[in-house]
Amino acid sequence: MADIPEKLAKFLATLSGITDRSERIQLLIDIAGRFKKIHVPESLATRPYPRENLVPGCESQAYVWAEELPDKTLKYWFAVENPQGISAMATSVILGETLSGAPLRQIVQVPRDIVYTIFGDELSMGKSMGLMGIVAMVQQYAKKEMEALKTANS
Amino acid sequence: MADIKDRGYIRPEVLVSTDWVAQHLNDPHVRIVESNEDPLLYPARHIPGAVEVDWTKDLNDQLRRDYLGRDGFEKLMSRIGCTRDTTVVFYGDKNNWWACYAFWVFHLFGHTAAKVMDGGSLKWEKEGRPMTKEVPKIDATKYVAPERDDVRIRVFRDQVMAHVKGKLPLVDVRSPEEFAGTRLHMPDYPNEGALRGGHIPGAASIPWGRAINPEDHTFKTADELRAIYEKEKGLKKDDDVVVYCRIGERSSHTWFVLTYLLGYPKVRNYDGSWTEWGNLVGAPIEK
Repeated sequence: MADIPEKLAKFLATLSGITDRSERIQLLIDIAGRFKKIHVPESLATRPYPRENLVPGCESQAYVWAEELPDKTLKYWFAVENPQGISAMATSVILGETLSGAPLRQIVQVPRDIVYTIFGDELSMGKSMGLMGIVAMVQQYAKKEMEALKTANS
Repeated sequence: MADIKDRGYIRPEVLVSTDWVAQHLNDPHVRIVESNEDPLLYPARHIPGAVEVDWTKDLNDQLRRDYLGRDGFEKLMSRIGCTRDTTVVFYGDKNNWWACYAFWVFHLFGHTAAKVMDGGSLKWEKEGRPMTKEVPKIDATKYVAPERDDVRIRVFRDQVMAHVKGKLPLVDVRSPEEFAGTRLHMPDYPNEGALRGGHIPGAASIPWGRAINPEDHTFKTADELRAIYEKEKGLKKDDDVVVYCRIGERSSHTWFVLTYLLGYPKVRNYDGSWTEWGNLVGAPIEK
């Protein structure tokens, strides 16, 4: 796998050790239960959330924000407006917990198809596209930040 | 939204309200079945006593692109505790899109004692009704199924080709962008798993979700549905209609609407849909 952020690599390694489908599903449900911790604070955004933060193609109505940290890395925040968007919530928590504060160049290298590694191959195409859209949006913020830093340093 | 019986449907008995389901949670003649797109949803919370039928694991052949066969259906029905007389009530996420898909597959095996819970799981959840993580313990039954009937409500590509040549009505229930063949998905991924974008020549674009009230996820009234399918798109009740989408799931929702809510006698679902047609060498395509 590409040079991906350490926390994400560790998480995927742990997940790969769980071969029982029910156990894996339970873990992902538990992860989705931590969604409140990465939910966008009111200081950053209030409803109705701007369309620019909406993940294209995600039917769970997922939104992504990125906040610059003092060390010029990013902290990610999310919203999932469909209360049944449990997979979108789990994806957001995984990305929020493992990519916030990670090196930007590593974030852009995360393969979008990690959603299959996380949820399994039986994801429907619509669902996988929506979840990959969350990964893509997180990466877009990292790319923008890298470009802004490059411009500032040139 | 008006009561189901007051909405003018031709076959209102196939649709039940959340109230009806709440009153039949312990009815031994009723099996409540959840079918979702999101694999985490049922394990996280579901209607008490409901069992899960998973569209990938339970309804599809695990090797060939096809539905399960008679043996598989008998095993499935036995596992979820159904007899030929059990009334199966489907519900799920995405405005019952997957519930209608399961309903359609059950009809391939002649299990017509089936209903759909209007509004799906989101309506149930928004109404604050009870939900549980507990998976019910089911006593296996003996279920004898007929062979799968691939003629009455299912259609294959050669028949669709003949349908196109005969200029008979086709309904494409995908999004307008998919219908138009616009590439929407990520770079490096084929458009909806097909090499070509667009639609089957002559198809009318009627996205499946138009049949749903966005406020409460229930089906629109018969008059509202007729305004869309007939007045706006020109379908007629006695038409021989073929519906399709990407793999036949969304179109089973429209099949349900046309067949039961509007009472069309001949509607067939082309489950090969765009993932077959858009990859077929030489198949005619419009954009």
